[in-house]
Amino acid sequence: MIPFGKYFRTKWCAVLILLPLSIFCYLLGYIPTVRSGNVAYEFYQWVPSLNINLDLRIDGLSLLFALLISGIGSLIFLYASAYLKGHQYLDRFYAYLCLFMASMLGIVLSNNILLLFIFWELTSISSFFLIGFNNDNPDSRKSALTALSVTGMGGFFLLTGMILIGNIAGTYSISELMNAADVIKNHELYPLVLLLVFIGAFTKSAQFPFHFWLPGAMKAPTPVSAYLHSATMVKAGIFLLARFSPILGNTTAWSYTLMIVGGLTMLYAAIHALFRTDLKSILAYSTISALGVLTFLIGLGTEAALVAAVTFIVVHALYKATLFMTTGIIDHETGTRELTQLGGLRKVLLPVFIAGLLAALSSAGMPLLFGFISKDLIYEATLHADQQLAIYLTAAAFVTNLCLVAAGFMAGIKPFTGSLPQAYEKVHLPYKAMWIPPLVLAFAGLYFGFFPNSAGEQLIAPAVNAMSIAPAAVHLKIWHGFNTVLILSLVTLVTGTAIYYVNKADSRKLAWVQSFQSASPQAIIERLSSGFVKFSDWYTDTMHNGFLRSYLLKIILFAELLLAYELFIGGPIYIDYSKLSAISVYEAINVLILIAAVVLTVTTSSRLTAVVGTSVIGYAICLMFVYYSAPDLAMTQFTIDTLTVVLFVFVLFNLPPFINQANNTIVIRDTVVALGFGIILSVIAIKVLQVPTDISISKFYGDFAYTLAKGKNVVNVILVDFRGFDTMFEIVVLSIAALGVYSLIKLRLTSSEKE
Amino acid sequence: MELLLVLLIGVLYSAGVYLILRRSMVRLLLGIMLLGNATNLLIFLFGNITKGKPPIIKADLKVFEEIYADPVPQALILTAIVISFGLTSFAIVLLKRVYALINSDDLDDLNTPEEEDL
Repeated sequence: MIPFGKYFRTKWCAVLILLPLSIFCYLLGYIPTVRSGNVAYEFYQWVPSLNINLDLRIDGLSLLFALLISGIGSLIFLYASAYLKGHQYLDRFYAYLCLFMASMLGIVLSNNILLLFIFWELTSISSFFLIGFNNDNPDSRKSALTALSVTGMGGFFLLTGMILIGNIAGTYSISELMNAADVIKNHELYPLVLLLVFIGAFTKSAQFPFHFWLPGAMKAPTPVSAYLHSATMVKAGIFLLARFSPILGNTTAWSYTLMIVGGLTMLYAAIHALFRTDLKSILAYSTISALGVLTFLIGLGTEAALVAAVTFIVVHALYKATLFMTTGIIDHETGTRELTQLGGLRKVLLPVFIAGLLAALSSAGMPLLFGFISKDLIYEATLHADQQLAIYLTAAAFVTNLCLVAAGFMAGIKPFTGSLPQAYEKVHLPYKAMWIPPLVLAFAGLYFGFFPNSAGEQLIAPAVNAMSIAPAAVHLKIWHGFNTVLILSLVTLVTGTAIYYVNKADSRKLAWVQSFQSASPQAIIERLSSGFVKFSDWYTDTMHNGFLRSYLLKIILFAELLLAYELFIGGPIYIDYSKLSAISVYEAINVLILIAAVVLTVTTSSRLTAVVGTSVIGYAICLMFVYYSAPDLAMTQFTIDTLTVVLFVFVLFNLPPFINQANNTIVIRDTVVALGFGIILSVIAIKVLQVPTDISISKFYGDFAYTLAKGKNVVNVILVDFRGFDTMFEIVVLSIAALGVYSLIKLRLTSSEKE
Repeated sequence: MELLLVLLIGVLYSAGVYLILRRSMVRLLLGIMLLGNATNLLIFLFGNITKGKPPIIKADLKVFEEIYADPVPQALILTAIVISFGLTSFAIVLLKRVYALINSDDLDDLNTPEEEDL
């Protein structure tokens, strides 16, 4: 597709919507299969050695999500073709969007948790490009980076959690994991698994305290916000929780964590939404709040709660995408999203107003709209929870819903009512491709509101069944009868509307809220990350300062510490004097010469003396080999030592004298380190003496040197016969070194290369 | 005698470590050579050191009849000596080349600061 990119920059881009649309239609064909309770599988081998295969499954839950992704995707593709018309990188935009859609579908259709993770990361990456699409804007880049680092970090935790699950259950396949649920739940690592999976899901779905990346991500072009940040990507975390609830769910830890985190998030974000004046901010916070509601409901885990959660997913996707799209139109046509400046747009943007109104009413839970049904279900779920909890849960849901009603009205109705400011009188309707998609979604909400069962039986019931163990019967009704739930719904609606009228958008209030910014999780995490950067700077400066001796010093010190610890715990050190051999006079003199040579080499300031000292050491060791029955070693050492000295003298004659720039402190420090190392090695040598030598190998060579290899010098036989290949490679190494030496000597640099 | 060898190993290691911590490239190289010698001695100590009994079978015999020095450490050390000569000779010539280029024996003069540090 890339070579044809330039065609997609122009009006041909609308053709691309055929892609999601065809996926959507294809998936619709699965509805009958899934509705009858079957699960469809597709299987392709991918990495059989790691047991990772392209293993797809379509059950109720995946189908519901896949339909939302491809359905809303089609509309967004259409919408974006008009919204970004003439943008020079429109082709790139579609490439990212397609990548995103594919990975999102991958998440919901995977039947293997590692596969799921790969797609999960792909959504993070593609959303990074989409959020940072306006890459000339520093804010955009920063938001994209924040989003990537938060979700990427979550992904890391998730991967760890998934590998743990895989280790515990012995399988990565979701179908098989569902059968192993009890094994995982009773395993001692279960709390850790839960924590890791939760961090993954919470970061992706913007749950408190990881919620802050989502408002930032609104820097993305509006189609992206509508698609990724309301309808699909942020729901990936919810999907994960839903997917894992039959595997990990229904324990106290699971329920309470989700209820507390979800509850906190929904309240915190819903109240926050009221203080915003930027349309997209309002929508961002109300989205976070809605995600909180979903987490909360999954945590509640009763059948009613799951039905409510699934219904709310659909409802929210429908109305929130609509609101984002209407906001995008307003932004596109008037150039502002500030609520304080907007008003009366219904006169110029009537179809957009209808869409916004329907969506706002649906989010408010107006009877006859789909939102009403989901709100009822939420109240029903909280009211039928545990006796003691029911009242708190209902209260939390009530307050959240109040704020959401008001926030929905602010975003969907406020810009259109009141008097039209002079500046916007010339605003005109955009292309059809832009205002039809929100209208379609809004009417879909209306349709499902009238005929809730069309969605209930086809989509929601199979999805709920995929999440719970016992099969559930779902009957969505418009009229539930006159009961507590209905009263609560109506009270919510009325009070929410009242709040909307009382709470005027005001930039002063926004400023007041933002004065608490320094205590928010975002600021704390930013401070942490800048602290981490400082620490890394410090670490790099001290540990990687570019001086060879400083690296060596650290390595040697570390080795000393490790060895000393190992020796310390390694048992007693003793010397068995009876096994030692006697010291003859020659040897004692030899050792004395050797030590004198070492001292000379180390202390002298003349280079020649140092080299001579080293060669004396070599010759002394050579004598040692002679004493102790190693004639071959002695010969080799002698030859090599002589050659080395010759070579040294060959280069030495034009070298400058030793520089002595070390001050006393450094000399003392290095001496201490060096002595420490010597002492530790000596102790190791003593320990070596303690251990009786295993002579079986020597005996083998001794016995077979003549009988097999026809040689009488055993050392020679080992080198050229038993280990002949080793010696051959040794010769190869030497030849390479010789070549290097030769070419370095022969190399003549021109004066320009010397610079 | 073993204890003297132990002492020698310690002295050689200390001297080697001290020398490789210097700034001079020649000293660095000498330090590496000393460390190599020290390690050879340590390996030598792994076998039982035996006086006057080289691992060579007498001309009229086919196998050893009496105790003999351990040939395995000797074979290892022999290899090590030869390889370390390869390393040393290459390093010496490299050192000469470096000196010809930068006219200094100081390791710190080899550091090329990265562009952002300038």
